[in-house]
Amino acid sequence: MATNEADHFDRLGRGLSALGAWIDERFPMTKLIKEHATEYYASKNFNIWYGFGVIATVVLVMQLVTGIFLTMNYKPSAEGAFASVEYIMRDVDWGWLIRYLHSTGASAFFIVVYLHMFRGLLYGSYKKPRELVWIIGMFIYLCLMAEAFFGYLLPWGNMSYWGAQVIVSLFGAIPVIGNGLSEWIRGDFYISDITLNRFFAFHVIAVPLALVGLVVVHIMALHEVGSNNPDGIDIHEHNGPDGKPIDGVAFHPYHTSKDLVIVVIFLIAFSAVVFFVPDMGGYFLEHANFEPANQLKTPEHIAPVWYFTPFYAMLRAVPNKLLGVVLMGSAVLLPFFLPWLDRCRVKSIRYRGAIYKLALAVFAVSFLSLGYLGMQPPTGAVVTLAQIFTLLYFAFFLSMPFYSRNEKTKPVPTRVTP
Amino acid sequence: MRIAAVALLLSLGAAGVALAQGEEGTLEPANTNIKNVASLQRGAKYYVNYCLGCHSAKYVRYNRLAADLGITEKQLVDNLMFTGEHPYDTMAIAMKPEDATRWFGVAPPDLSLIARSRGTDYLYTYLRGFYADPSRPTGVNNIVLRGSAMPAVLWELQGPQRAKFATDAAGKETFEGFEQIRPGEMPAAQFDEMVRDIVNFLDYIGEPIKREREALGIRVIGFLLVFLLIAYLLKKEIWKDVH
Repeated sequence: MATNEADHFDRLGRGLSALGAWIDERFPMTKLIKEHATEYYASKNFNIWYGFGVIATVVLVMQLVTGIFLTMNYKPSAEGAFASVEYIMRDVDWGWLIRYLHSTGASAFFIVVYLHMFRGLLYGSYKKPRELVWIIGMFIYLCLMAEAFFGYLLPWGNMSYWGAQVIVSLFGAIPVIGNGLSEWIRGDFYISDITLNRFFAFHVIAVPLALVGLVVVHIMALHEVGSNNPDGIDIHEHNGPDGKPIDGVAFHPYHTSKDLVIVVIFLIAFSAVVFFVPDMGGYFLEHANFEPANQLKTPEHIAPVWYFTPFYAMLRAVPNKLLGVVLMGSAVLLPFFLPWLDRCRVKSIRYRGAIYKLALAVFAVSFLSLGYLGMQPPTGAVVTLAQIFTLLYFAFFLSMPFYSRNEKTKPVPTRVTP
Repeated sequence: MRIAAVALLLSLGAAGVALAQGEEGTLEPANTNIKNVASLQRGAKYYVNYCLGCHSAKYVRYNRLAADLGITEKQLVDNLMFTGEHPYDTMAIAMKPEDATRWFGVAPPDLSLIARSRGTDYLYTYLRGFYADPSRPTGVNNIVLRGSAMPAVLWELQGPQRAKFATDAAGKETFEGFEQIRPGEMPAAQFDEMVRDIVNFLDYIGEPIKREREALGIRVIGFLLVFLLIAYLLKKEIWKDVH
C-alpha cells in the first residue's frame, strides 16, 4: 500500500516536471520565478517601513476584485446610481461587505501609499540608481488621485456631486481655455448624467489599466536595480562565495513569509474599520454623501475626502484662484524632481545630517497639518496657518539643493546593520 | 530619524484631538441602541403611523424589516402595512412629490438614510424641538432647523411649547429652553422615549446590516488573529538560519 502511494506521488511529480519543462520551452516561467522571487535578493534588515509596498499591492488587487463585483450591480446613471448603491448595501447578498471593502480600500490605499512614499524620503529610495522607480511611483500616485476623484462621483451623493463640481471648476481658472476645458471634461455645462457616465468609464477601465501597467513597470524597474534598505547601501557589493549578496535573502521564501505576517496585521486593522466604523466618523464616507446629488442644494461645507485635503488647503491658502490651482499643481508635481533636488550622496536618514532630519520632520508636520486644515471651514486662522504650512511644504523641496549640498553626514557602514 | 518619528507622532496626536471635537454643541444625545429590538418594533409602529404618510423609506423592504425585527409576516401585514402592499415591497408613499412641493413648499425627504446623513442626536433634538411660532405657515418653527417646512406632527402627544430666547446687547438671540404651553397626551419622559424609539428605528433603516456586521467583524478578526500566529510561526521557522 505504502509503496503504491509513493509510486503515485512519484508519477505525479514526474508528470508535473514534464509539464514545467514543456511550458519553459515556450514561456520563461521558471526564469521569471527565479528572477523575481526565488533568486531576487533583498536586504535582510527591512523594517516595518518596507511593508507598505506589499500592502499597497494587496489593496490594489482588493480594489480591482471588489470593483468588478460592484460593477455587476451598480448603475452609472444620474437616475439610478444612488439607488443602485443602496440596492447593493441592502438587497445584494454580501453587497454591503463588497462596498465597504471598496470604500475603505480607497482610504487605505492612500494611507499606505503616503507611508510608502514617506519611506522613500526616510531612506533616500529615490536616489541613483532608483530615480525611475521613484518617478514611475509618482505616476502611480497621480493615477491613484485620478482614480479616487472619478470614483468619488459614482455614488452620486450630494458631496460626490459638489466635490466634482468644485474640482472640475478649478480647470476653469486656467486663462483663455479654462471654461472650454472644464466643459470638455464634464461633457456638459454642469455635472450631469453625461459626466457620471464618462467618469465611470475612466474609473472602471481607463485608469485601472494604466495603474496596473504602471505597477508592473514599477516592480520591473525596482527588480532591475535592486531594493534599497534602511542603511541605504548596496548589498550587491558584498557577495559570498556563491556569488549571492551576504546581507540579502531571497524574496521567496524569506520576504514572502515576512510579508504574509505584515499583510495579516494590516488586514486586522483594515477589518476593524470595515466591520466597526466603515464611515470612520464621516472621514471615509462623508455624511452629506448619504443624501442624493441635488444641484439646487449645496452642502453646508464642501471638503474633498481626507486624502486630497492637504492640496485643497493650499488651494484655499491664496486668494487668487488661478494662483491657487498653480500652487496645488506644483505641490503634486514637485516630488517628481526629488532625485535631482536632493544633492546629498548619503541615502538613509540614519546617516544624514541634522538639517535633513529637521527638514523632513517639518515637511511631515506641514503635510499632516495641511490635511487637517483642508477639512476645516476656511476662517481667518485656518487660512493663515495653511499659508505658513504651504510655504514650509514648498521650502522643503525648493531649498533642498542648498541645504542638502554640504550636509554634515555620518560615516555610512559597508554592511547592513541589524 | 528619531526626531522625524516624534514629530510625526505629535502632529498625528494633535490632529486626532482636533478631529475628535464635535461641531454641534446644542444637540441632545439620543442614546439609542439598535440592539434593542423592542424599541425598534415600537419605532416601526410609530413610523408607519406618524411618518410614512409623507416620508417614504424607499430603500427599505417590509419583509427585511420583519426578519430583522423578529416579527412574523402576519404581524407585519396586520400591524405595519395599511395600503395593500406586498411584503416584498419597499416603504413607498402615495403622495406625489409635485403635490407635496405645492402643499409644503418642499417635498418631504425620503428617510431611508436620514440617520446616516444627519446623525441620531440631530433627529432626536429635531423631533422634540418644535415650538409655536405664529409667523410660520404651519404655526410652528424648529429649534434645530429654523424655518423647517415640517408641521409638528407629534404635537398632540408632546403638547404645544414655546421657545424662550435671550437677547444680548448686540441683539443676538440665544435659545434658553422650552416652556410648555399646555400638557400633551403623554408625559414628557414618555414622549422622549417615543421619539427615541423613532430615532432608533431611523438609525436601523439607515444601515440594516449594522448589527450583523459588527458580530461578523469579531469573528473575522478572531480568525485573522489565529492566522497571524500561524503566519508568524512560519516566518520564524523560515528565518531561523538568517543572522
